Amino acid sequence: MNTKDDILLEMRDVRIEAFADEKWIQIINGVDLTLHRGEVLGLIGESGAGKSTLGKAAMGYSQPGTRISGGTILFDTMDMRTMPNTQKRHLLGTRMTYVSQSAAESFNPAYKLIDQTIAAIVREGLKSKREARADAVELYRSLNLPDPENIGLRYPHQVSGGQLQRVMIAMAMSPRPDLIIFDEPTTALDVTTQVEVLLSMRKIAEDFNTAAIYITHDLAVVAQMADRIKVLRYGEEVEEAETRTMLTEPKKDYTKSLWSVRMLHKEPETSEDVALLVNGVDAAYGRSLKVLHDVNISLPRGKTVAIVGESGSGKSTVARVITGLLPPKKGNVIFNGDVLPTEFKNRTKDQLRRVQMIYQMADTALNPRQTVGEIIGRPLEFYHGLGGRENEARVIELLEQIELNDSFYDRLPSDLSGGQKQRICIARALAAEPEVIICDEVTSALDQIVQEGILQLLMRLQRERGISYLFITHDMATVEAIADEIVVMYQGEVVEQGLKDEILNPPYHEYTELLLASVPEIDPDWLTRLLSTRASI
Amino acid sequence: MNENFQNDSADALGEATFKTRRTRWQRLRIELKKAPPTAIFGMLVIITYIFVAIFAPLLAPYGEADNSFAALLPWGDGHLFGTDQIGRDIFSRLIYGTRNTMGIAFVTTLLAFVIGCGLGLISAINQSWLDQLISRAVDVLMAIPALIFALMMLSIFGSSVTSLIIIIAVLDSTRVFRLTRAVAVGVVVMDYVEAARLRGEGLGWVMRQEVLPNIMPPLVAEFALRFCFVFLTIAALSFLGLGIQPPAADWGSMVRETANMIQFANFDFKASLTPLLPAAAIALITVSVNFVADWLLQISSGLRDEH
Repeated sequence: MNTKDDILLEMRDVRIEAFADEKWIQIINGVDLTLHRGEVLGLIGESGAGKSTLGKAAMGYSQPGTRISGGTILFDTMDMRTMPNTQKRHLLGTRMTYVSQSAAESFNPAYKLIDQTIAAIVREGLKSKREARADAVELYRSLNLPDPENIGLRYPHQVSGGQLQRVMIAMAMSPRPDLIIFDEPTTALDVTTQVEVLLSMRKIAEDFNTAAIYITHDLAVVAQMADRIKVLRYGEEVEEAETRTMLTEPKKDYTKSLWSVRMLHKEPETSEDVALLVNGVDAAYGRSLKVLHDVNISLPRGKTVAIVGESGSGKSTVARVITGLLPPKKGNVIFNGDVLPTEFKNRTKDQLRRVQMIYQMADTALNPRQTVGEIIGRPLEFYHGLGGRENEARVIELLEQIELNDSFYDRLPSDLSGGQKQRICIARALAAEPEVIICDEVTSALDQIVQEGILQLLMRLQRERGISYLFITHDMATVEAIADEIVVMYQGEVVEQGLKDEILNPPYHEYTELLLASVPEIDPDWLTRLLSTRASI
Repeated sequence: MNENFQNDSADALGEATFKTRRTRWQRLRIELKKAPPTAIFGMLVIITYIFVAIFAPLLAPYGEADNSFAALLPWGDGHLFGTDQIGRDIFSRLIYGTRNTMGIAFVTTLLAFVIGCGLGLISAINQSWLDQLISRAVDVLMAIPALIFALMMLSIFGSSVTSLIIIIAVLDSTRVFRLTRAVAVGVVVMDYVEAARLRGEGLGWVMRQEVLPNIMPPLVAEFALRFCFVFLTIAALSFLGLGIQPPAADWGSMVRETANMIQFANFDFKASLTPLLPAAAIALITVSVNFVADWLLQISSGLRDEH
């Protein structure tokens, strides 16, 4: 069905270099890519694999600090590498468009959405302003945006993240391009919103026969979107195949390992011994913005309770109440049978030591000016009075426990990868010898293969030391991997708490069911099936 | 760039073998080797100035206030740069001036930073009524024209070196405070600061260990700028007669005292250059300090010119 004339984009032996440590280092080592008209190609791989770099190269663009050093890039037989910038400017934004990961950072906050949506086509004179606006409204409608007539008159901060992402897709669609490059367009969204965005993207790609490169690290998502999948690693192609073939019979070991990551499962157990109890807590930011209503959560000793819910449901606020950053308006936190002072400033050193926290973004949780040794050594010195050689020896011991070694002692966080940084955060928490660790989305910023390592590490530490985890996440695969009990939160209230098996099996609570139904599965038919069940309701 | 591959631990161990441990001194030495010529020039100048300042009595041919010579002697003849209007050796006074001007400017800037940074950090971390109190007090101080305020304070407390240093330092610390507070507010919200506070760390630790190292780059730049401004303020006050008092030599008042010689250009070209000597001394140290500050900024922030 695909003939040679159909080829829209052809990249041959593309090489890209990045400037680091005073020299050029090759980061894409000769990758080929062929894309036919109307075809969706999924590009997957870990971060640093070169997915985004390759996607941008398709536009003949390289980020500052990088350069395209070799190969050919032909878009509709035009050479993107030699094309002058003036000509490229006409092409980009009309025939080839780009949807980035963070819509919030890509919109200009000073202009209305609709003016930004139609900017490129009006500039190129493809349509009059009036026609373009009418067309944009139609696109908003087909993307299921609420109030399509008027939403474009709002400013970027007046709509939600999911809506903004859809407006960005409308912007990319408005010139009816031949090719759209989607760079992780749903990574920053909640699962329930993600489903909506995925549906709209697929619909539009089908309606207008648009070709697309879909860059993501989420296999379940790529399975829904792509006709073919290309796996990248370290700037090289691992393998490429039709989506179904790739899912059922991956050839390379690396691909297989990617596929198997989401299969972690923990047998749920419970314990009568309660380590931490959140007792009838109401909390608010300021006087008026109430975010928690009568929240009760109990954390059994040595077990893991996962708090799930979409953003804005109050998951992280629970963590802030427990740590004492946000004193509750009503209710209290009971730890080992004693009521904890509501503010962290009033807690004793020992109370602080026993409850530790690990953050979502390891980047901002580690001081960029402190070495690993200083970061892990500080709680040892602060809580346990370990100094000098003893301190160093204990730090190295902790580094070994998190599966790193003493060569990391003098490194700065900037020398570490995302997964290593998160391991350092775990070691810092461990150094305090806590009883409870609050994990706030600790794996959501990481690649799946790295996630698996972190989750296994956390589980091993739980077995060895009997630490209780309060695990805040929106990712159901993580819940499956680590939780004993689940707390489902929605709009500041606990919808239900119970053993994992009870929550994840019927009969479902209404909201839990919606949440579960929105989690993509690694099955190319999942989205279609979801659509038909919705239609039948 | 993309070199930070997400290693699993096996890769991480492999990578570790060619990355050796380095102490701070080793790192500093590596940076020194890579320093650009401007920074090396700047450092040489600063070191020379410091050397001259310390050994002024040994280097100067005559005393600082020795006016036992004829007035307005030309260059050469035992007086390298001649003598001034009351018969003091210009060259000797230039050398002693290094000591006074540099020393006072440096101490003043340092004091301004201790006050401004300290209060700025407290304000940024505390963010309560204390922050409001300090910030508004600083607003009030900044609302009064600095030079007039300095003149007023100097006439109240007398123009001794100590009061000069304290008054200029307090006035200049307002700008340091604003800068510190502004950049620190962005760092204070980081998770690592929250982590430190949840650990139970005191204000001092959070200030020194968590926040300060992360706001160093703009502060270093500001230090160099402030240093130059303090120089100018002292020179301006000396010009008005309230700065460093005679017979102590400082470059600011030397410019004023010898300014008239510029009119001699038709008769003795060399002598007419005399007022430019202390001015050049000020210019040279100012530029050098900025060269070094630029370089420090570059290594501490990781910013590089595009290649």
